[in-house]
Amino acid sequence: MTAVTIPVALPSSRRWPWFGAFAFLFLITSQALAIITSPADRDMGDLQKIMYVHVPSAWITMLSFFVVLVYSVRYLWQRRENDDLLAASAAEVGATFNGLTLVLGMLWGRPTWGVWWTWDARLTSTLVLFLIFVGYLSLRAFIDEPVRRAQWSAAVGILGAINVPIVYLSVRWWRTLHQVQSSPSTVDPLYVLFLRANAFAFLFVMIYFIRQRYEAARIERDAELAAQAVALGGR
Amino acid sequence: MGRSADWGRIRAIAWKDLTAERRSKAGFYSVAALGITILVLFGFALGPDTRALRDAAVGALWLAVFFAGVLTFNRSYQVELDGGALDTLLLYGGGRWTIFTGKLLANLAFVMMMLVIVLIVGAVLFQVQVPAQWPTLLAVLALGVIGLVTLGTFYAAMASRSRAREVLLPLLLFPMMVPVLLAAIQASKALFGADLMQESGAWMRLLVAYDLVFLIITHLAFEYVIEV
Amino acid sequence: MASWKSHTLLDARDIARRFGARWVLRGASITVASGEVVGLLGANGSGKSTLLRVLATLLRPNAGTATIAGYDIMREPDAVRHNIGFLAHTPGLYDDLTARENLVFAAAMLGSPAADIDGALERVALTHVADERVRGFSAGMQRRLAIARLALSRPRVLLLDEPYSNLDTAGTVLMNSLITDTVDAGGAALVVLHELAPSAGVIDRLATVHDGRIASGFDAAEAEPRFALVGAD
Repeated sequence: MTAVTIPVALPSSRRWPWFGAFAFLFLITSQALAIITSPADRDMGDLQKIMYVHVPSAWITMLSFFVVLVYSVRYLWQRRENDDLLAASAAEVGATFNGLTLVLGMLWGRPTWGVWWTWDARLTSTLVLFLIFVGYLSLRAFIDEPVRRAQWSAAVGILGAINVPIVYLSVRWWRTLHQVQSSPSTVDPLYVLFLRANAFAFLFVMIYFIRQRYEAARIERDAELAAQAVALGGR
Repeated sequence: MGRSADWGRIRAIAWKDLTAERRSKAGFYSVAALGITILVLFGFALGPDTRALRDAAVGALWLAVFFAGVLTFNRSYQVELDGGALDTLLLYGGGRWTIFTGKLLANLAFVMMMLVIVLIVGAVLFQVQVPAQWPTLLAVLALGVIGLVTLGTFYAAMASRSRAREVLLPLLLFPMMVPVLLAAIQASKALFGADLMQESGAWMRLLVAYDLVFLIITHLAFEYVIEV
Repeated sequence: MASWKSHTLLDARDIARRFGARWVLRGASITVASGEVVGLLGANGSGKSTLLRVLATLLRPNAGTATIAGYDIMREPDAVRHNIGFLAHTPGLYDDLTARENLVFAAAMLGSPAADIDGALERVALTHVADERVRGFSAGMQRRLAIARLALSRPRVLLLDEPYSNLDTAGTVLMNSLITDTVDAGGAALVVLHELAPSAGVIDRLATVHDGRIASGFDAAEAEPRFALVGAD
């Protein structure tokens, strides 16, 4: 059997690589500044600086759930394949940041609380959200037919995203109705500033990642469609 | 056509599912037996200390209902897949949501019956006293089952027709059920105690909100998952 | 019925459908006019059943368009479903319900709960087992029950996938009378066949499916020599 080369039109945007470079430069700069200039925390010392990554990463996780919701609804409404691919890309990026949030939370928790895991409200709800993302991505992996995959995962994505606030609320009640949550230590204004700068850096990285994953998915689908054209005899 | 035809379809599907389940008695009894087995295993896992058992009883009951429920939901679509009946069902026309509502009602009746059995056996095994506020407790149980059956019936429509239905349904369903699990367990626990903090009321409101939100969304989304 | 001949009830153009990476249909086109019964022949895996399922709105085509009774299968599937009667390989019955219960269920789903169930059972000669569970039925009896269910909806366009399999002579006659009744009322039928004999006298035109396309069409009257070839397949 001879190999057939099918030409696929690559997305031709020249601006995205520049955006990616900008996003990472911004991230490195704001991280470096945050770590160098911020004073060590009175109680936690340098350990507190993990928050510069942990907190923005958690925010981005939430945001990507919202992006999945928006694109899933738009897919069911307008049935454009691109929206499905964008929802999937957002879910992949969201799951990555979600995993990062969990790992960083555990790294912080070990020296702080002396254990890798504690059923802290935010940590627990982050874990539940991660499992919901995993369910979404496994569903996609188990279905080959594109329209079926798109419709099913849109439904699962919408239900999952709507459940996020309910999960968060229920887990918080579960913890706080029985024990008092530790109050946050005094907050340095510089800490808040760099936290926000880092949040924006993460936001740019997230947008770039979603775009990259989307382009990859688009290329795969285009290759499939080109193969379809060949199979149908140039129809 | 219209409302009365939709109601006729819903009733027909619920009646059909329940009749089929009643006739194949093995189905209900084996699922209920699984629920009881899970309870017994919890008893072994949590040890012979009566007090520890009593504290964990509500959680164990709920998990037993969860796991037994998952089998019910997949079976509910297996009936359609066996003889190619789903194709016929889809070709009757009319709103797809009627299929969902019909199956939902049948599954609800099924899981409620199972809950009663598991509840009685669990109360004996874990030496639980019936609390004074048992009507409230029944309401909590009903609300929890509605949430479980709504999402279970919805996800099983997909999982039962995918390559990995045994894995996929719990994988999709269980993380989504965390609010129901927490609310039902916490409210039940509060009611088994004296509920001095009036906690059960807050949890019940959460359950009602959860049930309403997902009843509406699953009904809207069902046509997208059943027709392809 | 000359006036019926003029309009097309089923019009499929360039229907393509794949499963995974395999293209089962690669652009199948076929038209069926009212009053016409078209037989589809073809080797196993040639895409006959897939074409029927696409036309019945059970599968979405990857490419191509089709209308049935003037309704688009993609844009107006509900209207299409009201006009077709589809019979698959599998009878689509519920094993744990009785014959009568299966029909009562179908009538309720069709929105006509007052349908004449007893009459339908009598026509397919299943009255004596009306209250027995379908689980114990032979394949032929299940087919008969499926025919009765099909007749309940009074379809305009019949889409039948190997309708004669498992049927005895009397069952074949039943099947053929359902087809001729439908066609005489101005309907049409597209019938997947794996042998011609049972449909003799009913089929007007034959088409063969080969490699996912409609390869040829010819009148049933002149089909005898070719039919021997297909039969040997």
